[in-house]
Amino acid sequence: MKKILLMGNPNVGKSVVFSRLTGANVIISNYPGTTIDFTKGKMLLGGEKVEIIDPPGTYSLKHSDRAEEVAVRMLKEADLVINVVDATNLERNLFLTFELMEKKIPMIVALNLWDEAKHTGINIDVKRLEKTLGVPVVPTVALTGEGIKRLVEKTKEAKAPRIKRFTEKQRWAKIGKVIREVQKVKHKHHTFWERLADATIKPITGIPIALVVIFISFWIVRLIGENLIGYVFEPLFELYRPLAMGISSWLGPGFIHDVLIGKLIGGQIAYVESMGMLTTGLFVPLGMVLPYIISFYLMLGILEDSGYLPRLATLVDNVFHRLGMHGYGIVPVFLGLGCNVPGALSARILSTKKQRFIAATLLGIAVPCMAQIAMIFGILGTYGLRYIIMVFATLFVVYIIGGVLMNRFVRGESPEIFLEIPHYRKPSFRAVLKKTWMRIRWFLTEAIPWLFIGVVLVNILYSVGFLDWIGRIFAPVMEGWLGLPREATTALLVGFLRKDLAVGMLLPLGMSAMQLVIAATVLTIYFPCVATFAVMVKELGIKDMAKAAVIMIVTALVVGGLMRLLLIGV
Amino acid sequence: MTTALIDIHTGKKARVVKLVGGYGLQRRLRVLGIMEGKVIKVLTIQPFRGPIVIEIEGKQTTLGRGIAERVLVEAIA
Repeated sequence: MKKILLMGNPNVGKSVVFSRLTGANVIISNYPGTTIDFTKGKMLLGGEKVEIIDPPGTYSLKHSDRAEEVAVRMLKEADLVINVVDATNLERNLFLTFELMEKKIPMIVALNLWDEAKHTGINIDVKRLEKTLGVPVVPTVALTGEGIKRLVEKTKEAKAPRIKRFTEKQRWAKIGKVIREVQKVKHKHHTFWERLADATIKPITGIPIALVVIFISFWIVRLIGENLIGYVFEPLFELYRPLAMGISSWLGPGFIHDVLIGKLIGGQIAYVESMGMLTTGLFVPLGMVLPYIISFYLMLGILEDSGYLPRLATLVDNVFHRLGMHGYGIVPVFLGLGCNVPGALSARILSTKKQRFIAATLLGIAVPCMAQIAMIFGILGTYGLRYIIMVFATLFVVYIIGGVLMNRFVRGESPEIFLEIPHYRKPSFRAVLKKTWMRIRWFLTEAIPWLFIGVVLVNILYSVGFLDWIGRIFAPVMEGWLGLPREATTALLVGFLRKDLAVGMLLPLGMSAMQLVIAATVLTIYFPCVATFAVMVKELGIKDMAKAAVIMIVTALVVGGLMRLLLIGV
Repeated sequence: MTTALIDIHTGKKARVVKLVGGYGLQRRLRVLGIMEGKVIKVLTIQPFRGPIVIEIEGKQTTLGRGIAERVLVEAIA
């Protein structure tokens, strides 16, 4: 099968073009670095089935980070290259175009963001550009689909460019000449909105705005989440209760009952404590976690598509640089608050091994995922907000101290921030909903199997007496050092499968609020869940992941021990 | 008079005269539009040794101080 490769700078809309061509659903956002791995899709081209590949964006063929490396590697297999170019940024985009042309692979140029270019007063002579480059050039607006059909038709005319090899200096000179020939820019004055946009990046106004934005975002996440639970999901589970009770009495006591329904508490099913597949196994993911996943990804989608994240990265760079990363380190944190797996993957947008190691390790240590956050609110909410704040304040302090220490002791470089700020764009309602739906679907298909496995495992290990045994072994650490009941060991074990389920398991242990705070914090820090662990092994390598794991476990013990001293006393 | 970009005050403009530094850095600067002859406006300088934000031809870019020291410019009155 023929392979078509989409190449272009970051944030020029390659993935939008990809999704237009293949009809496939891909995550798109308004910040450079959204695509961190390649996506493959298929389409019919002149009756022939072809494969389309969408690698991460790259500024040049001499890559400078992991994501760009992926793109350059893919180029070797391509039969045809569609070079997606940002029409509002033609000059700098042409550098990659010329580099690609020297590879002599048949090529076509999509002049994307054509509408935005016209809006900003940029006029490009397409005919002339086509003639100069010697390959077809098609203006497109991928978001609306304008020009995509013509782009497909024109691929037939794509041919290997005839061009001599340039040195870098000659290439820039040539690009300068092309720009003077084909592009006219009308000078435009700053509009009110542009001045407002500037206010979000100037420190005096930008930092208060950032605090307000983050506060409002989480407030909305909570508002939507709580209402979904109160008015939709809990009523649904109450409707389901008679059915579950029916199954329970039909099954009668025994092992099957323990696995499917779990323990009855006061003759009733307790959705959090029962620990059955059809009770806790359904209620934790659907009744407690899913509502927050929905509301979180909705908010994140809006933030991503508006173009706010790079500005936030600029504002927090001075902090993150001291933690051994740069401002973009905020992206894994944000994505990780939804689910640690995409968070760990997004560490790729940082530039060096050291930065990626610190970002991924801190993510595993101090950034709880939405599933876990929802459960922490669930179990601590009844005691009062201050206990919840204790958990998150501790995690925040751990993140900062951990970063400062790792910046000092982890070897390697931590280069400075260097990043394009996209124009603000009004998020498209449809795109945000689509993205939210994709992420929710991912949660449902990935999380629920692990939850079921977790529930079954707890029941089996419990009935063979393994949990008692492991509880006794770890009793000195749990009871002596952390001040927690030895049964909490089970929760930590299950936490490797699903942290949300593990937090729920703390509830029947009859702990005090302070003990719950310690247990919830230690559970966050000690180790990532199995899905995140697998991704981190792949991203960091076994050796670095082993180092990260040691850091995590030591941190959990140190922080847990200190909290015990501070909160409970000796 | 030639100075480093980092010495230009907020709100002021300057013209790029020369890029100093390795080939890799120079390429990264140029592909983000920072090249000889371009007019740069310094939009903000973030406090506590944070990065600076510049504007070239209507496009904004954030760059660290160390990088901004390697962009030599001529202030425009």
